[in-house]
Amino acid sequence: MTTTNNSDSQYVMETHNLDIYYGSFKAVTNVNMKVERNKVTAIIGPSGCGKSTLLRAFNRMNELYAGTSIKGQVMFYGEDIYARDVDPVEVRYRIGMVFQKPNPFPKSIYENIAWTARIHGYKGKMDELVEGALRQAALWDEVKDKLHQSGLSLSGGQQQRLCIARAISIKPEVILMDEPASALDPIATLKIEELMQELKKDYTIVIVTHNMQQAARASDYTAMMMLSVEGERSGTVIEFDVTNRIFTNPRDRRTEDYVTGRFG
Amino acid sequence: MVRKTFESEIQQVKDDVLILGSMVEKALLDSVEALKKRDIKAAEKLFVEDREINKKRFEIENHLMVLIATQQPMAHDLRLLASSMEIISELERMGDYAKGISNINIRMGDTPLLKPLIDVPRMAQKGVDMLHRSLTAFVNEDVETAKALPVEDDEVDALYNQIYRELMTFVIADPKTIERANWLLWVAHNLERFADRVTNICERTVFIVTGKMTEIKSTDDEFWEQRTHG
Repeated sequence: MTTTNNSDSQYVMETHNLDIYYGSFKAVTNVNMKVERNKVTAIIGPSGCGKSTLLRAFNRMNELYAGTSIKGQVMFYGEDIYARDVDPVEVRYRIGMVFQKPNPFPKSIYENIAWTARIHGYKGKMDELVEGALRQAALWDEVKDKLHQSGLSLSGGQQQRLCIARAISIKPEVILMDEPASALDPIATLKIEELMQELKKDYTIVIVTHNMQQAARASDYTAMMMLSVEGERSGTVIEFDVTNRIFTNPRDRRTEDYVTGRFG
Repeated sequence: MVRKTFESEIQQVKDDVLILGSMVEKALLDSVEALKKRDIKAAEKLFVEDREINKKRFEIENHLMVLIATQQPMAHDLRLLASSMEIISELERMGDYAKGISNINIRMGDTPLLKPLIDVPRMAQKGVDMLHRSLTAFVNEDVETAKALPVEDDEVDALYNQIYRELMTFVIADPKTIERANWLLWVAHNLERFADRVTNICERTVFIVTGKMTEIKSTDDEFWEQRTHG
C-alpha cells in the first residue's frame, strides 16, 4: 500500500458492490457505502444481518476465519485493500480494531501499549507514547499511578479504554469498533461514546452496534442493514444517511419500523 | 463530565433561544418606533423580517427534535428540551405582535396618529424588558426571578387601561376619531398580549427546575376568581 494518503479526500474508505461469503453462503450482498474522514459511521440492524461481517471486511479481519471470501472492492484512499500485492497485516495496522469484549494482553497497563508499539517498530520515547495514548483514550488520570499493574486488574470500561489506547498507540487512520460498549454499564458506555467524539478529531471511526440509541447519540452517519435479498438470507445496507435523518425522518419504511421498535 | 457533547448541544439550544429572543425584542421596539415616526418603509421591512424570526424558530425546533430523537434526554434534560420547544413557539408569536403593529402602521397609510405616542412606547419598553429578564432567568434556571416576574404584568395592564380610557375620551368628544382610536387600541392590545406571554415563559422555567407545572397567578386571575367564587 502507498504510505502517503491523499489527505484532501473527504472519504477514507469506500465499498463497491461488496459481497461477502462464508464458503458458498453469501452473508452480505452488494454493499456500496462511503466512510467519511473524521466522522463516526455506525452500522445498525437486527441480529444476524451481517453487521460485524461487513465491519471485518473493512480491514480484512474476515480472512482470519476459514472459508471467507469477497467479491467487489473495499477501497482505502482509492486503493483496493484486497489487491494481490497488499499485505493484510499492514491493512490492519492502518485500520485498527476494537472488539466487543475488552481483550487487554495479560501484561501491565504500560506494556499493553509499549509492547504493541515495539512490535510495530516504534523506537521513540516510550514513556511519552504510553502517556499520549492513555491520555487520548481518557484513561491517563485513572491509571497514571498504577501503570505497572496488570491491565486485567482494571474495570471493564477501563479495560476497553485501554484497548482503545492500544489501538491508537500505533496511529491508525481508521478505528473499527465492534460493539465496543455492549459489555459495559451505562456510565462506562457513555464514556466510550464521549471518547469517540474526541477521537474522531484525529481518526475516522466505524462502529457496529446493536444499541440503536448508541448509534443515535454517538454517530454522524448511520448505515441500516437488513436481511433483504429475496430468496436468500443475505444482509445488505438498505439505507445510508446522516444519523439525524435516520432517526427523525428515514426514507425507507423498514428503517422507520426498526428505529421505532416495530421490527427487529 | 460524561456527556460533554450533549451538554454543549444544550448550551447551543439556550444560546439560540437567546438569539431568537433578541430578534423579537428588536422587532417589537422597531415596530413601535416606526409607528411613532409613521415610517411605512420601516414597517414594511419589519413585516418581511418577521420571516427571519419564523425561520430561526423552525431551525431551533428541528435541532430540538434531533436532540430528543438521538440523545434520549431524561429528567431535567427532557424538561429543558420540551420547555424550549414551548418557549420558542411563544417567542415566534410574540414576534407576530411586532408584525401586527407594523401591519396597522401600513394600513393607516397617510392618516396621522390620533395623538402623540407616550404610553405605547412605555408599554413596549416594559414588555421587552420583562421578556429579556424572563429569558435570562430561563438560561440561568433562576426560579425566583421566574416566579416574581409575572407580577410586573400588572404595570403593562395598567398602561393598557390608561390608553383605553384616554382613547375613549377622544371618541366621546368626536366620534369621527373612532377609526384612528381603534388603530391605536389595537396597537396597545398587541403590546398587552406580548407581555402576557412572558408569564408562559416564566412558567416553563419553573417547570424545568422544579418539575412542577404551575400557573403563575396574575392580578387578572385573582380578579376572575373573586368574581366566580364570590
